[in-house]
Amino acid sequence: MLIFEHSRPGRRNYSQSPATAAEIRNIPQNLLRKTLPLLPEVSEMDAVRHYTRLSQLNFSIDTQFYPLGSCTMKYNPRVCNSLAMLPQFLARHPLASEDTGQGFLACMYELQEILKDVTGMAGVSLTPMAGAQGEFVGVAMIRAYHEARGDYARTEIIVPDAAHGTNPATAVMCGYKVVEIPTGKEGDVDMAALKAAVGPKTAGLMLTNPSTLGVFEKNIAEMSKIVHQAGGLLYYDGANLNAILGKVKPGDMGFDVIHINLHKTFSTPHGGGGPGSAPVGVAERLLPFMPVPVVALEQGTYRWLTEKEIPQSIGRLSAHMGNAGVLLRAYIYIRLLGAEGMHRVAEFATLNANYLMVELSKAGFEIAYPTRRASHEFIVTLKDLKEKTGVTAMNVAKRLLDKGYHAPTTYFPMLVPECLLIEPAETESKQTLDAFVASMKEILAEAHAQPEMLKGAPHTTPVRKLDDVKAAREPDLTWKQSS
Amino acid sequence: MPFIPHTEEDISVMLASIGANTIEDLFDEIPPALKNGSLQVLPGLSEMEISRLMLERAETDGRYLNFIGAGAYEHHIPAAVWQITTRGEFYSSYTPYQAEASQGTLQLLYEYQTMMASLTGMDVSNASMYDGASALAEAALMAVRSHKSSRRILMPTTVHPIYRRVVRAIVKNQGIEVVEIPYCAECGHTLVESLAPYAGQDIAALVIPQPNFFGVLEPVDALTDWAHSNNALAIGVVNPMALALLTPPGEWGSTGADIAVGEGQPLGIPLSSGGPYFGFMACKQSLVRQIPGRIIGRTTDLDGRTGFVLTLQAREQHIRRSKATSNICTNQGLMVTAATIYMSLVGPEGLRRIAAQSHANTMALVEQMETLKGVKRIFSGPLFHEAAVTLPTPTDAVLKTLKNQGILAGLNLGEHYPELGNALLVCATETKIAADLEKYVEHLRRALA
Ligand SMILES: Cc1ncc(COP(=O)(O)O)c(C=O)c1O
Repeated sequence: MLIFEHSRPGRRNYSQSPATAAEIRNIPQNLLRKTLPLLPEVSEMDAVRHYTRLSQLNFSIDTQFYPLGSCTMKYNPRVCNSLAMLPQFLARHPLASEDTGQGFLACMYELQEILKDVTGMAGVSLTPMAGAQGEFVGVAMIRAYHEARGDYARTEIIVPDAAHGTNPATAVMCGYKVVEIPTGKEGDVDMAALKAAVGPKTAGLMLTNPSTLGVFEKNIAEMSKIVHQAGGLLYYDGANLNAILGKVKPGDMGFDVIHINLHKTFSTPHGGGGPGSAPVGVAERLLPFMPVPVVALEQGTYRWLTEKEIPQSIGRLSAHMGNAGVLLRAYIYIRLLGAEGMHRVAEFATLNANYLMVELSKAGFEIAYPTRRASHEFIVTLKDLKEKTGVTAMNVAKRLLDKGYHAPTTYFPMLVPECLLIEPAETESKQTLDAFVASMKEILAEAHAQPEMLKGAPHTTPVRKLDDVKAAREPDLTWKQSS
Repeated sequence: MPFIPHTEEDISVMLASIGANTIEDLFDEIPPALKNGSLQVLPGLSEMEISRLMLERAETDGRYLNFIGAGAYEHHIPAAVWQITTRGEFYSSYTPYQAEASQGTLQLLYEYQTMMASLTGMDVSNASMYDGASALAEAALMAVRSHKSSRRILMPTTVHPIYRRVVRAIVKNQGIEVVEIPYCAECGHTLVESLAPYAGQDIAALVIPQPNFFGVLEPVDALTDWAHSNNALAIGVVNPMALALLTPPGEWGSTGADIAVGEGQPLGIPLSSGGPYFGFMACKQSLVRQIPGRIIGRTTDLDGRTGFVLTLQAREQHIRRSKATSNICTNQGLMVTAATIYMSLVGPEGLRRIAAQSHANTMALVEQMETLKGVKRIFSGPLFHEAAVTLPTPTDAVLKTLKNQGILAGLNLGEHYPELGNALLVCATETKIAADLEKYVEHLRRALA
């Protein structure tokens, strides 16, 4: 039932708005709304009950193992939320003067410094509000860099075919043409194709490392050389930083600009779709182009640097300084971990992924890149299973929901047929992984014994398989009073 | 180790299964020359220690009686909003890719889309953008995509100054021209006459703020009709709280604006130093295939039961890659969760009363301020809940004096509009009571004396 269907005309929550309706002075009639908007008229208890019940229809990290590849679904510590929601932090107006926010700004400044250190970059700006906006900022800086040197010939961004969809979409938003290069048999970028693709038109290369195929690009040093020699810059999509935290720094790999998804590696919540936060780190030569504002520490006082101090900045990407409250949660998480805890993140994320990969392989699943180590994630391909039984990766994913697990990422990266991209994250125990393997084994047996049952999965979720085609053909995007 | 459950026994069994001796062996594909484990990060803190540190920092920042608006507004937030929003099932779930396991989030977003479409008077709403400023930039890109011939956007200078900068930063690499339109110095809004130089030219869209940055209401009907008679789209950038009182963009002029965007923060989101907030975006049915971001649709399952899914995904980057309407992926889902619960708790009449009280408080404050010598409203145009006021002495000094009394007296408007001189932008929402207004005026009187 929708909230609107609980609604009764005239029902109100008297404690949630002024007791009397104030007089509207000064606003001409023609600017005033004639009818009230369609908002629910429900009691406070109705609303609380309705949304509590809706929440219970979700799978989440707090309730299920959630091995969604490329998303780093690790535990989101509760204390990060409660401390970021201290009343003083919540009440602070973004345009209040800097001297009323020294506590907040101290956290932001320290976060900038920590991220510089962790990534090996020369500067960090915290403003981008999600990975895709971090990418935008990064590629816009690459463009600003070339243009500042009078080099307008660079019109192309190179993107491997395994890249996330945001990479090519970002390049286009920055006015570039996308040149896609293929992946070799072992999961690394095809070096011959890269060599053939670079040239005087190359503005840069966008790379995720470890890649979305769950392997570390072994040739990264050479790739960096090839792109730099052609005059291009190297962009690091930091969605997979969790795999190498405290092991390798993107700056040392030769990257000129990177973004870090705090809502992955630094454990800020995904919130059913966001908010995220994706600080960007830059090498020395891109410092003049960083997005503003950036926090500075001068004589013991924190203040914002703006267009005044960074005149060549690519500008601003949000009305204030990005998702401040998300940045606070990441800061708190980092201080809880400390240096030692950070090293452990990559170690145990990698241990869990390799263990799960080996156990699934032993259980009869085909691993897409069996000769490689898993990074913090790996790919299972069900191409053979589909040929033999007709059961697809999507069927297996849906059946996992019945077994009480959120499904891995399906059909991404697109180049591996019938793929499941599985990322367990370091916060899961061996016992959880073992139980997951047992469920996967059961599903494999079901695929042979009862393929039709699998094709009808899920069976135990609040709804069964939903009709996507109908949703797209006859879009029903808002509830209407009559419906 | 924080948040890692492995026992020594687990580790050795797992390594044995993998066939590795140490965890370090698992990193053997990384070229040794690249390895760098040095970190300057301080040793980890316990939960008790970090709590103490954060509490100290929060207390350093203190709390003020706030009269700043300028795009971020202090409203009362019912306790239930964030208690439910931070339930783990909402807080720690991902984008609802697996619809059957995400019906809670999906249904909530469908309800949100319905509420926003109705509030803005539009046919459809997406499931959120990052914030109001970036939503406006996306609306400009959307207008250019659907217009086809023009790459020019008309942007009144009464639009939030930072929004204008954000739009420029986001659209400039696509060869889109943003032309600024001056405002009427007397009335404080855009005049249709000032658009005259562009009549008959190829224009993709006219942006129409309501209320505008000065808190003044724009002549939205005339501006919308001007846009349409010049074959341009009309983009409304609106405060959702104001829409409880004001004509929604979908009803502006004779056929309504085409796209409505804005900052969703007034709907139950705390100020929190600027974020996370959320941008909203709604449009006419005819533009739905051009809208960026997630959209939720209602459909049925195998047994004919109602359910909800992400839909019209052929617009999005994960399907269309370089041909997508935008690169946006992660949005501001949890903020929308809070806003939906907020709108359900206050309801249509509650929202109207909150908006009306904010209007009345600001009008009362400005009236009292005007009793002080040299303090005057700058513009004659009608106001919603914010006002531009001139001061007889430099604004920064006045702001500082009042801040020392625990009052954030407003925004120094001269920073963004130097032609206005000693000017202040003030806002008194429903959270202020008569005693707050008196206190403000009394301290302002002393500061000016
Ligand atoms: C590899 C990769 N790149 C980029 C992104 C985009 O990040 P965001 O969703 O925060 O915009 C993602 C996240 O889904 C990702 O997995």
